[in-house]
Amino acid sequence: MPEATPTPAASDKPFVEFDQVWLAYNDELLAQDVFAVEDINLQVKQGEFIAIVGPSGCGKSTFMKLTTGLKMPSMGKILIDGQQVTGPLKISGMAFQAPSLLPWRTTLDNVLLPLEIVEPYRSQFKDRRKEFAERASRLLASVGLGGMEKKFPWELSGGMQQRASICRALIHEPKMLLLDEPFGALDAFTREELWCTLRDLWEAQRFNVILVTHDLRESVFLADTVYCMSKSPGRFVVKREIQIPRTRDLEVTYTKDFSDIVHELRGHIGALRRPCRPVNGATP
Amino acid sequence: MNKKQVERWSPFLLLIAIVVVWEVITSGFGVSEFIFPSPSRIWEQTLEHKATILGHAWRTYWVTMAGFGIAIVVGVLLGFLIGSSRLAYASVYPLMTAFNALPKAAFVPILVVWFGIGAGPAILTAFLISFFPIMVNIATGLATLEPELEDVLRVLGAKRWDVLTKVGLPRSMPYFFGSLKVAITLAFVGTTVSEMTASNEGIGYLLISAGSSMQMGLAFSGLLVVGAMAMAMYELFSFIEKHTTGWAHRR
Repeated sequence: MPEATPTPAASDKPFVEFDQVWLAYNDELLAQDVFAVEDINLQVKQGEFIAIVGPSGCGKSTFMKLTTGLKMPSMGKILIDGQQVTGPLKISGMAFQAPSLLPWRTTLDNVLLPLEIVEPYRSQFKDRRKEFAERASRLLASVGLGGMEKKFPWELSGGMQQRASICRALIHEPKMLLLDEPFGALDAFTREELWCTLRDLWEAQRFNVILVTHDLRESVFLADTVYCMSKSPGRFVVKREIQIPRTRDLEVTYTKDFSDIVHELRGHIGALRRPCRPVNGATP
Repeated sequence: MNKKQVERWSPFLLLIAIVVVWEVITSGFGVSEFIFPSPSRIWEQTLEHKATILGHAWRTYWVTMAGFGIAIVVGVLLGFLIGSSRLAYASVYPLMTAFNALPKAAFVPILVVWFGIGAGPAILTAFLISFFPIMVNIATGLATLEPELEDVLRVLGAKRWDVLTKVGLPRSMPYFFGSLKVAITLAFVGTTVSEMTASNEGIGYLLISAGSSMQMGLAFSGLLVVGAMAMAMYELFSFIEKHTTGWAHRR
């Protein structure tokens, strides 16, 4: 296996690096050569926004667990910020399709939850609570939840809950934000609103984002690079850089360039799903 | 009366209706007092033996509360243990289920051998019969955490203990209070059953002695008192539940 070469040019160094990563869920499956993800190679630059698209059950969520250190690869290695991943990575924040806010806590207290757990905030939490609460309020305001601090989750709409959930993922200022189909349960209009919210957050703070989704428009609108994943074995089959200039407006999703990219990606997914389908022209 | 008021008073209205029907049937058909006493006769005898009943009721009450107190402590600890450890769940749960299937009245003779006639067997029977629902509910609350939420916390370096105290325990509180309502009524059953064979005091003893001296009115007032106490405690825990875990009953 190749050694990680420490190069002086830190900015060129990938922030996330997957080097021939394979994962079987347990030893039995490993012995049978059944892998959830196979031969994942990936290099993500500092501050890059990547999206991973693919059919359900292709190992996208497994990929997330690998990146956060919740699962260790069976083979290969994962480097984050130049360090080999050996356990849960505190520099990451996660949000999922279900907002999973705690119903007995107010929105503010839900957002503060990570600070009660992660060091160094944990030990300072009692003394600096006021300061942290102000930070949480600012974050909530930046996603359009100003004034909602005292509301309980069930008093918020689905979209608002998801915004709060993303705030919870960002409150400890992680270097890496992992989103697992975060907008999958929302209606189309709310979803587009939240795309813009996420875009603005990212453009302001430039953390790394890994967005797992099966919405191709979402991936093209938000990401710098889109990776298509195939189903069992889960592996990357296409890497597509999205050159649409920033800041992207929602209008861009109605342009021809945009739909061409979406169409092209759709072609890859379709081909993956039905490898034996007779070829009948790329564009109808 | 609007709809809401009717709803609130409906249990009392139903109770009155039952008493009226009961009274009409027993006096109308001339049912013997020694077979099935009428409500008015029961009430007469209750007033007549007021002091005796009160004494026995107090005994049953504190014995039940003592057993119930032990049940809360043991139920919570065991529930915490089996809800937070898969191994404990796998090993303890089946045995507990088997234990719960045993009729608790069958323990009374054994408890008498160990502790003699008196409060001891009654307290322990109340405990044995009521800890199970508390244990199961605490364990369920802890064991059914959303895996996503656990991931969110684990990635931040949360230890099992953090997840349990920040999420698991608050989450299982509605289950806990819900189980208290069930458990307190069971505890009264345990105490009464035990007192019937292994005590010279308490409502259970009163029932047996009233029955053997053919004082059916007194026997029925004994039942009435246990029912009233159990219902009062049920309502108390129901009130506590609503005011501590309102988030779980938001609509």
